[in-house]
Amino acid sequence: MDDQHHIDEVTGIETTGHEWDGIRELDNPLPNWWRWIFYASIVWAFGYWIAYPAWPLINSHTKGLLGYSSRIDVDQEMAQAKDRQKVHLAKLAQASLEDIRTDPELLEFALAGGRSAFNVNCSQCHGSGAQGFMGYPNLNDDEWLWGGTIKDIHFTISHGIRNTADDDARTSTMPAFLKDETLDKRQISDVAEYVLSLSGSPHDAAAAQRGKPLFAEHCVACHGAEGIGNAEFGAPALNNGIWLYGGDKNVITNTIANSRAGVMPAWGRILEPVTIKKLAVYIHSLGGGK
Amino acid sequence: MNHTSASPDIDRIDVEAVNKKENRSLYKKRVKIHPKRVQGTFRALKWWIMIITLGIYYVTPWIRWDRGPSAPDQAVLIDIPGQRFYFFFIEIWPQEFYYIAGLLIMAGVGLFFVTSLVGRGWCGYACPQTVWTDLFIYVERWIEGDRGARIRLDKSGFSIGKLGRRILKIAIWLVISVATGGAWVFYYADAPTLAVSLVTFEAPSIAYSTIAVLTFTTFSLGGFMREQVCTYMCPWPRIQGAMMDEESLAVTYRDDRGEPRKAYKKGDPWENRADCVDCNQCVAACPMGIDIRDGQQLECITCALCIDACDTVMNRIGRPAGLIAYASVAGEQRRRDGEPSGLRLFRLRTIAYLGLWAGIGVVMLIALVARSDLDINVLRDRNPLFVTLSDGSIRNGYTFKILNKARDARTLILTVEGLAGSRLKVVGSEDGGETAAPFFSVEPDRLHSFRLFISAPGEYLRREATDVRFILTDLESGSRAHYDSIFRGPKR
Repeated sequence: MDDQHHIDEVTGIETTGHEWDGIRELDNPLPNWWRWIFYASIVWAFGYWIAYPAWPLINSHTKGLLGYSSRIDVDQEMAQAKDRQKVHLAKLAQASLEDIRTDPELLEFALAGGRSAFNVNCSQCHGSGAQGFMGYPNLNDDEWLWGGTIKDIHFTISHGIRNTADDDARTSTMPAFLKDETLDKRQISDVAEYVLSLSGSPHDAAAAQRGKPLFAEHCVACHGAEGIGNAEFGAPALNNGIWLYGGDKNVITNTIANSRAGVMPAWGRILEPVTIKKLAVYIHSLGGGK
Repeated sequence: MNHTSASPDIDRIDVEAVNKKENRSLYKKRVKIHPKRVQGTFRALKWWIMIITLGIYYVTPWIRWDRGPSAPDQAVLIDIPGQRFYFFFIEIWPQEFYYIAGLLIMAGVGLFFVTSLVGRGWCGYACPQTVWTDLFIYVERWIEGDRGARIRLDKSGFSIGKLGRRILKIAIWLVISVATGGAWVFYYADAPTLAVSLVTFEAPSIAYSTIAVLTFTTFSLGGFMREQVCTYMCPWPRIQGAMMDEESLAVTYRDDRGEPRKAYKKGDPWENRADCVDCNQCVAACPMGIDIRDGQQLECITCALCIDACDTVMNRIGRPAGLIAYASVAGEQRRRDGEPSGLRLFRLRTIAYLGLWAGIGVVMLIALVARSDLDINVLRDRNPLFVTLSDGSIRNGYTFKILNKARDARTLILTVEGLAGSRLKVVGSEDGGETAAPFFSVEPDRLHSFRLFISAPGEYLRREATDVRFILTDLESGSRAHYDSIFRGPKR
């Protein structure tokens, strides 16, 4: 019920005029200091709109007279960071890979840069901890398809594997023994059992015996006698517990039957040379470098 | 007794308590308070405490303590960029912030203890708000005169003299405020160096802005806000009620002795009348502007200036002192019943607070004395959990950090226990490559970080996770630090 001009008995102050279930509300004025701060903030807002980016337009926004942009801020910060690293980057560009590994200060810098470059560029295939996935090598262990010296690693990162972009890309071809009709299913199964025996996994001894001469004829050329592997061809060692595609019989059979051909980009065409150096040093330091 | 010749007239001061019940409204405009000067025991005690606390605050940053060429020589220094806290011979790293936490807890519990004994002793004597307000009122009294003079000055119109006095007072207040802000920042940097750079305008802007903020707060809280802080802003008055009990002391007006109050004229007899002469000196002296004769109230900070004021009057008219005094509720009850009021200092509450305070102090002291200057932290790689090597062994990667808290360089050796047949390889150790016990040179007062790989033959690992212990030994001094971690392998 509207009840204008009701004066509250206790305080002597007028009420707002409304009543809810007998409850009325005192109509005290807002404190002056609060009101003036409120007006000041409105004036400030107008000033802010004029000076800074404020209002969205159809395809852009009002830029503000001061020309401030947080993107410009980011660019400036990136440039400053690059500037701070200038000295170390120059030293890194000049030093050889061995020099970097033996100089503790350069090593620290290269490892930090390598780690961050790895996370941005390499982790998508090789995993966030470089542990790899099926078909993408684990860079922490000490088996290297194409060589584990720091020079080998540097070359592999630079030129990539089996890519068409770089003439120097590492490359080799594994025959697809079933598709090419070189071996039949039974022979492939025997060879697979033999391969299992090479790594000490449980296997069918009789089948492995049958597979041994087949292995000698078709596989040793690339994978080496006893399956020790050959970095020249990127042929993995078959005599250990490290498997690129999986170590059970089905996967090995599939590999022999249809062959494998991993691909890696030629990072030398994408990243700066000093970044490749950092990456090489970082990967080498992961624990398996030779 | 005949007091006619010795006792003077006691004039009644015209003053009213700011929180009188009759005057309470929902919104109360602040009434400016002009506390009157008093002399007495408690006033003297307050001066001494002010001198000591302010002295400690302003002087401590200037005390020197030699720590050798590579360390700052300031006795008390909070070195934020260097991440160290120095206190005379004690040096704390940020990881050891729990010492500061312990000190703060002790400060809190100590405060509870003091409150349980003497009520709001902190508020009345040692609180920075009280101390600085007291100092500012002293300056005000020095420049503008005592209570009566200040009230007249307030009421008088504009004059050059009034303007001059006000400006001088504010100038002195500003000097004190800036010095307060300055003293604060001197705890965070080398005081002589910072002092010079402040006046040559070469100090970092954070120093200037901190001084500006503290100048503003000291000036406004001590010069103008004063009792409003205690009554409205500070949470402590409302918490203290929980720490006090009926044996805690508080400033008490003995109304059985003082009421009914009546004015006193020279020559009046003392028979059949109470002691309170209604001079209002207690109200005039109160920095909070209240009337203690209304009883215990929220605003009373127990500074006991009213006690001094009343005792002075009582002495002048030859009555015994103590009409207002420190007394406890239970003590007063005992006194009224005719027993000695007594001071019950040893109660469960006070003993518990003291015991807690001392207990925490002892624990911290032991921790401080037993603090080792060599520490090792090991972070096990979680991604990947382990790596299978070509010879079948399992390898785990760790990042381990050596904290050399001593002021000398040292050579340290790392060994690992709990993993038979293990091999260690450290990236960045002095001897490079794999070795049973790699050694490191570490610089003084620094944290060094290294990558460590431990390989163990696969057959030796009986479980998925094996407990290992890393031990770091200083060959020269023999001090050791250890860290327990685990070594993971494939699922068994």
